[in-house]
Amino acid sequence: MTTLDTRPAPVTGPPAQPRSASKAARWARRAPLLPALIFTIAVTQLPFVATLVISFLQWNSLAPENRGFAFLDNYLAVVTDPNLRSSVLTTILLTASVVLVSLILGLGLALLLDNKFRGRGLVRTMLIAPFLVVPVAAALLWKHALYNPEYGLFNGLLGTEVDWISEMPLVAVVASLVWQWTPFMMLILLAGLQSRPLDAVEAAAIDGASGFQVFRYLTLPHLRQYLELGALLGSIYIVQNFDAVFTITSGGLDTANLPYTIYQTFYQAHDYGQASAAGVVVVIGSIIIATFALRAVSSLLKDEVTR
Amino acid sequence: MRSPTRRRLAALAVCSTLLAAGCAGAGGIGDPDDPNSINVLMVNNPQMLDIQRLTAEHFSKRTGVKVNFTVLPENDVRDKISQDFTSQAGQYDIATLSNYEVPIYAKNKWLAPLDGFIAADPGFDQQDVLEPIRQSLTAADGKVYAQPFYGESSFLMYRKDILAAKNLTMPDRPTWQQVAEIASTVDGAEPGMKGICLRGQPGWGQLMAPLTTVVNTFGGTWFTQDWQAKLDSPEFTEATKFYVDLVRNHGEAGAPQAGFAECLNNMTQGKVAMWYDATSAAGLLEAQDSPVRGKLGFAQAPVVRTKSSGWLYTWAFAVQQASNKQQAAWKFLSWASGKDYETVAGQQLGWSKVPDGKRASTYQRPEYLKLGGSYAGATREAIATADPRNPGVQPRPAYGIQFVGIPEFTNLGTQVSQEISSAIAGRESVDEALRAAQGLADKVAKKYRN
Repeated sequence: MTTLDTRPAPVTGPPAQPRSASKAARWARRAPLLPALIFTIAVTQLPFVATLVISFLQWNSLAPENRGFAFLDNYLAVVTDPNLRSSVLTTILLTASVVLVSLILGLGLALLLDNKFRGRGLVRTMLIAPFLVVPVAAALLWKHALYNPEYGLFNGLLGTEVDWISEMPLVAVVASLVWQWTPFMMLILLAGLQSRPLDAVEAAAIDGASGFQVFRYLTLPHLRQYLELGALLGSIYIVQNFDAVFTITSGGLDTANLPYTIYQTFYQAHDYGQASAAGVVVVIGSIIIATFALRAVSSLLKDEVTR
Repeated sequence: MRSPTRRRLAALAVCSTLLAAGCAGAGGIGDPDDPNSINVLMVNNPQMLDIQRLTAEHFSKRTGVKVNFTVLPENDVRDKISQDFTSQAGQYDIATLSNYEVPIYAKNKWLAPLDGFIAADPGFDQQDVLEPIRQSLTAADGKVYAQPFYGESSFLMYRKDILAAKNLTMPDRPTWQQVAEIASTVDGAEPGMKGICLRGQPGWGQLMAPLTTVVNTFGGTWFTQDWQAKLDSPEFTEATKFYVDLVRNHGEAGAPQAGFAECLNNMTQGKVAMWYDATSAAGLLEAQDSPVRGKLGFAQAPVVRTKSSGWLYTWAFAVQQASNKQQAAWKFLSWASGKDYETVAGQQLGWSKVPDGKRASTYQRPEYLKLGGSYAGATREAIATADPRNPGVQPRPAYGIQFVGIPEFTNLGTQVSQEISSAIAGRESVDEALRAAQGLADKVAKKYRN
């Protein structure tokens, strides 16, 4: 459904050729690479082109007789359909809150794990575990084992009778995703922390800086790029999240995000054209985010080079 | 006749719009030139997996027809069937369709009519197939387009012991008002026990199925004969309010996420005293290892203004029009939907595994009745009294009891059910929910009015 345009960061080319090198010689060097390039384009871009084409068609699988060209109707429907509009809003809300909360929690955990203590490796492995759980299994675990009002762990521990998912559907979905994505953020930030130049920290300590000041003026600026990277990579993945919404709420109670709505358009409305149009909208959104992400990555790479 | 490459391109294009799931499970395709090798596309329900296991031994050996099965989850199977049948690619000779799709597919000329085969195969005994099921697989042109594998209706399951402790008796044909009263009395009969379980999970096949049967019997309808949407009519509103109030006051905890599986769980664990749902649940509640086995009574679906209100659903085998192996395909249908397979399944796997709810003769088998005696009679009656052509108090523009037999219903029903699920959660009033739903339904009705 969504293919990402992942252009590698520009690499500085080989040293400039002397002018005398003929065009033919340059092509002779490039030609062997062409098949690989064409193959890559075919594999990565063709499915998206197909989606793009279908998004301009009027194509409902149960009404085969009126298949045809729809111009921009599908895109108009995406913009005007209140369901789709609200799902765009839900997607933004869901993605932003999951990314923010899991970043803050991930930062806290990464700072704790940055200290040396016995059993650190074990703790780190255990903290990463939620990220390795299959998304749909994690969603099922949250729906039944934790949230269930009858036999769920939350009500069992608190002695309450709260129907968590009905009371706060979006929060319920966000919480399950935060649990899954905090380890991911933690890993990225931990990598950032471990690449910190410790001599500066020592010097600051000798100059009498407090722990908080070291964090505020040394650690945080150093981590900025890693925070950006985590936020952007996380956003790209969480925008596409389907399992949690599908499993926990079945898209009810205003929790339907874009991927879920697209699924519904495709499987329940059998409207391939409109589902593709919505998919294209998601891709465009993802590409915008991805562009920032790649910039962040390339600035990291640049730093590595200049160091 | 379009060229196969174009078809393949179309299929490829469709697949590429999907996540990986769309193109999964394309295995099990036999030799297209062998007249005795057929391809069957099935939904992955337990009964289908049973027949997949038994086919080679009990069908292919005898007839020489090799059967290649492709089994997929419900959403994927619906999608794959519609791809293959829409383009009449003929890759699959047989597919499992429900009584919701069969008339729609038949109208589009995607299915082969079976009347000729039925006439030439007296051993199949078409008259033995229960009347409403037969009707629901007959298209508008009067021809039969599919043969049922198993069928179900809906009825009320209740705990006899709990009702007896409260000195209550459940009539064989209760009204909804009686059921609501009993639900309020038995609510809390045991610690943590609620009065009744009713589905609240969004989905055209989840919440919308039982609710639509309630709407029918309260005198409401989705559409009038001349395609006026009626979701904000007094009857529809009264029915919805009744359902929502009942489930909010005396229904299961976590109702907005409770579907068939959750209610089954609640009933098995003794968290609810009653459950209105599919007849196929009875066999699961009465299974050997069920804690409520033997404590259950079964009553017909509650009514208000109609004689009966149970729904009708069946998974059936249909043959693709473009298949050039229709003779071999019918051989399989005749065996799978026939009496012979029920005997094979009963003897090989146990009589609880028999695909029931489709033939009158099933309910005369002593081995079957020994196991399912408590609910067999009620099930048969529920299916026999279902009338998909006339389920309410007014004429309808489309067939169907718990659904409206139009292609748009899967989406419309799901969207409406999301509104009503919100009302069950208390996030909006029933009136607000139905106002939004009426707007959605009116959009669909408009298409049919012109």
